[in-house]
Amino acid sequence: MAGSNKISNTPPRWLLAELTYACPLQCPYCANPVDYAKYQTELSTEDWKRVLTQARKMGAVQLGFSGGEPLTRKDLPELVKHARDLGYYSNLITSGYGLTEEKIIQLKEAGLDHIQVSIQASTQELNDHIAGTTSFQHKKEVAHLVKKHGYPMVLCVVIHRENIHQMAQILEMAEELGADYLELANTQYYGWAHANRDLLLPTKEQFEQAEQIAQAYKEKVAGKMKIYYVVPDFYEDRPKACMNGWGTTFLTIAPDGVALPCHSARELPGLDCPNIKDYSIEEIWNESKAFNLFRGLEWMKEPCRSCDEKEKDFGGCRCQAYLLTGDMYNADPVCSKSPDHAVIQQAIDSAAKNALAADEKPLIFRNSKNSRLLS
Amino acid sequence: MTVNPDKPIKFSSLHRLQWEEAQQKYIILYPEGMVELNQSSAEILKLCDGSRNLAQIVSELELKFATSGLTNDISAFLEVALKNGWIQQN
Ligand code: SF4
Ligand code: SF4
Repeated sequence: MAGSNKISNTPPRWLLAELTYACPLQCPYCANPVDYAKYQTELSTEDWKRVLTQARKMGAVQLGFSGGEPLTRKDLPELVKHARDLGYYSNLITSGYGLTEEKIIQLKEAGLDHIQVSIQASTQELNDHIAGTTSFQHKKEVAHLVKKHGYPMVLCVVIHRENIHQMAQILEMAEELGADYLELANTQYYGWAHANRDLLLPTKEQFEQAEQIAQAYKEKVAGKMKIYYVVPDFYEDRPKACMNGWGTTFLTIAPDGVALPCHSARELPGLDCPNIKDYSIEEIWNESKAFNLFRGLEWMKEPCRSCDEKEKDFGGCRCQAYLLTGDMYNADPVCSKSPDHAVIQQAIDSAAKNALAADEKPLIFRNSKNSRLLS
Repeated sequence: MTVNPDKPIKFSSLHRLQWEEAQQKYIILYPEGMVELNQSSAEILKLCDGSRNLAQIVSELELKFATSGLTNDISAFLEVALKNGWIQQN
């Protein structure tokens, strides 16, 4: 493989196993690639077991089963069991759709450590609208069952313009459901969220107000419920340290076996991401072009190259640089030092204008039909 | 929240304490996170099995490492552990 790297790499610690792109929900901010419908093949059970074994041997210990909806894979309990035998801490990242009490017990016995249920809003009407599926009541039931069977319960709510006004009610709902952790994830604008940005991006005022409410609640529930708050970087002037550094910590395997340094890296041109059907995890992690391309700081252009903050944020997100500036080697335009920083304000203005327009354009829901239209 | 010296201390059922061969370290695992432990922290947490209170943990470790005067260090660490939710008391 090209781009061999002799510097000693840190081993992967987190493995994200995207078991499938199939999902009964249609969230318009889904992080899956917009053209997911063209990737039809899915890895076999044996392939996944090999991936888990090889990554664990290198040092991976946190494991996320995600998708799409991972529950659509019939072999999920078998994979969970394999992961437990290897010593992984396994997280199921689910919409809750199709999760029954029987399944919850079966997965517990197989060795699953925790279940993260996503809820789209604090009211049935809005939840079901955003999910594109009737699911609110069932999600709440699932949350109760997850608690009942002794799992740490993590609720995840993706925040955007359609639900940001419900912040206070979302927090109350999480407390009422007995969540041990609440993840309030402001939308990150890749994948489907990028396509729907004009409809999803809140204004700065909305964001600041919601953040205030969340921070105050954090103190109120300290020691009972932990709140993870993911800030929307469009309103920051420094980018996030994406992936804790490229190829240092995170490894994502897509449903068809393609290995990615971050779950949206599939959108980057010419990355030639390797497939686990052709290479071992060790070869992929250490020797592939894709995992070495942005490793370290050598690849940087100005202003990052001579910036004294480069070890802090590694120049920000490569996918965001590519989506917003057209060049994946550029500084993340969220950074106020980026010559392209104005595109962020343009995006904010465009979203605000759309919010006020009489004929607000409709959300593009994540489904196979729209996926084919967009690819 | 402070550690009650009379009650037994138990490692949290919502966390997992595990030896990592690749890192040669004990780590604590929980939803979407992990913490690496140094050796002394790991030794303390391994004794939090719901059968010992603070004084019993201290005396056991003082015996094991043939030393004395560990009370302050151990109780300071257990306060941190309690605050982080790694240990529980009923
Ligand atoms: S974000 Fe929504 S549509 Fe996308 S995989 Fe998750 S539940 Fe399915
Ligand atoms: S110029 Fe680059 S390295 Fe410096 S703060 Fe901005 S994004 Fe980070």
